[in-house]
Amino acid sequence: MTRAPLSLKIAAIGGLAFLHIPLLFILLYCFTTEEKSYAFPPPGFTLKWFGVVWGRADIWAAVGLSLKVASIATVLALILGTLAAGALARARFFGREPISLLFVLPIALPGIVTGIALRQAFGLMEIPFSVWTIVLGHATFCIVVVYNNAVARLRRLSPSLIEASMDLGADAFQTFRLVVLPNIGTALLAGGMLAFALSFDEVIVTTFTAGQQSTLPIWMLSELIRPRQRPVTNVVAVLVILVTFLPILAAYYLTRHGEAVAGAGK
Amino acid sequence: MSLASLDLPAPRDGLLRRLSDMLVRRARLLTLLLLLPPLLWLGLVYLGSLFVFLGQSVFSIDEFSGTIVREPTTATLLELFRPANLDILLRTIGISAAVTVLCAIIAFPIAYYAARYAGPRVKAAFYLAVMMPLWSSYLVKVYGWKLLLAKEGAIGWFAGKLGLAGALEAWLALPLVGGPSLSVSYTGMVLTFTYLWLPFMILPVQAALERVPPHLIEAAGDLGAAPGLVFRTVILPLAMPGVVAGAIFTFSLTLGDYIVPQIIGTSALVLGQAVYTLQGTAGNIPLAAAFSLVPILVMAVFLTLAKRTGAFDAL
Repeated sequence: MTRAPLSLKIAAIGGLAFLHIPLLFILLYCFTTEEKSYAFPPPGFTLKWFGVVWGRADIWAAVGLSLKVASIATVLALILGTLAAGALARARFFGREPISLLFVLPIALPGIVTGIALRQAFGLMEIPFSVWTIVLGHATFCIVVVYNNAVARLRRLSPSLIEASMDLGADAFQTFRLVVLPNIGTALLAGGMLAFALSFDEVIVTTFTAGQQSTLPIWMLSELIRPRQRPVTNVVAVLVILVTFLPILAAYYLTRHGEAVAGAGK
Repeated sequence: MSLASLDLPAPRDGLLRRLSDMLVRRARLLTLLLLLPPLLWLGLVYLGSLFVFLGQSVFSIDEFSGTIVREPTTATLLELFRPANLDILLRTIGISAAVTVLCAIIAFPIAYYAARYAGPRVKAAFYLAVMMPLWSSYLVKVYGWKLLLAKEGAIGWFAGKLGLAGALEAWLALPLVGGPSLSVSYTGMVLTFTYLWLPFMILPVQAALERVPPHLIEAAGDLGAAPGLVFRTVILPLAMPGVVAGAIFTFSLTLGDYIVPQIIGTSALVLGQAVYTLQGTAGNIPLAAAFSLVPILVMAVFLTLAKRTGAFDAL
């Protein structure tokens, strides 16, 4: 293998730096003593904002709601996404292509279209806004993440394994439980984690399907538009990075030997 | 080994077994049963609400009462071509195009290095370095740029230290791309979008580059092509499907976004903001629906063209 030209190396490393430097600045501003502006360099450093966040009830209520919504949406997405993957992984039938397109549609369309459409539908059906309307919105676009992961793994699962299990006397349910599920388990886990991270972070659809409650991203959005104590937002942002980064890292290690390019299309 | 020597438990009996036998024998029924719950959700609830919303673009709004007139008309759709609305559409498409080009330029060296020169360890590190910002919180990333771009923020400070304050001033004084400060200019908005969607460009370009057969490059070299010529005539054309695949993401994501322009950028509306205000404070759902049709149509055209370049194989 030849060595890379220096200019290419610089461009590649510069590009990666571009991807990471803004995140470092968020970390830096967690410790600033200046709370009115984004003055650089920070005039002084303090740890007090971590304490302030700890004492803010509105933040913890938002974190709680986000965790709740993400958990329920993930469970729903796991069930529906696995069913869809099971149906479409190998079967060939009329209408298969449009159906697989339909599963991708919620992330292919702009979030604002999905959001308004769901909001209108809730209005028409006279469903009041609640935790459940947020969950419905989130599950809609989380299904595809689980589906993508599960379908990739199911295609690599040899059909002869299933046939062997049935030849040995297991019925369809036993085969699913004892043969299929252990084989797709890590793919489902990875899909579930990505769905969780996606839901935990979602803001566009949520602005339309949430009533008075605010999830953590909704809280952050209001802080971005009308800032109060700016470093508090930074501390929360760093917490969010940690909460979403760990599942993503885990999902990466669970699927890295497979073809499941988990993140394709957020 | 004869079959008799296999000590297998007898298959269980009963309702569950009969149900299982039926499902195994009728694969189509099984497929249907599996598909039914997700299809009920996405096909009925989701697609249904999409059609109800977008379908209202053929209705119009009564100017006086502000209520929706439920009679088919093309008036609302034609309203998109009024100068003010056309402005919004062209501005948004222009920003999306600029973001896409910038993403391609920044992404290509990263993808090229990772695909052609990096060993397995460096490649894994590159992959994680791209995935981590991709999955970081969207708002957190927007916030990071707000910090950097602010008038008193880091970019201004570094520009001053490096003696580039004059250059920054001159750039901000330019008509279209400038503004009072970076965070209220198109430059800031395009930079933020580029940052947000860059990973979506890197991944497919890298996938396309990795599929360029090495012997093609060797053959071109053997036939006397200089490295620059090999790059232009062999590698670049073969990488194009990846660039197009990435462009699908960067273009469509910018087209529909309404959060970033709210936080960074000028006061002139982009498409997403227009839809947001129309459905909210203005209460003009028909026009909001008509506006929403634009990104869907633009992307449909884009995808049809992209399909011809083979971009879907690079996804």
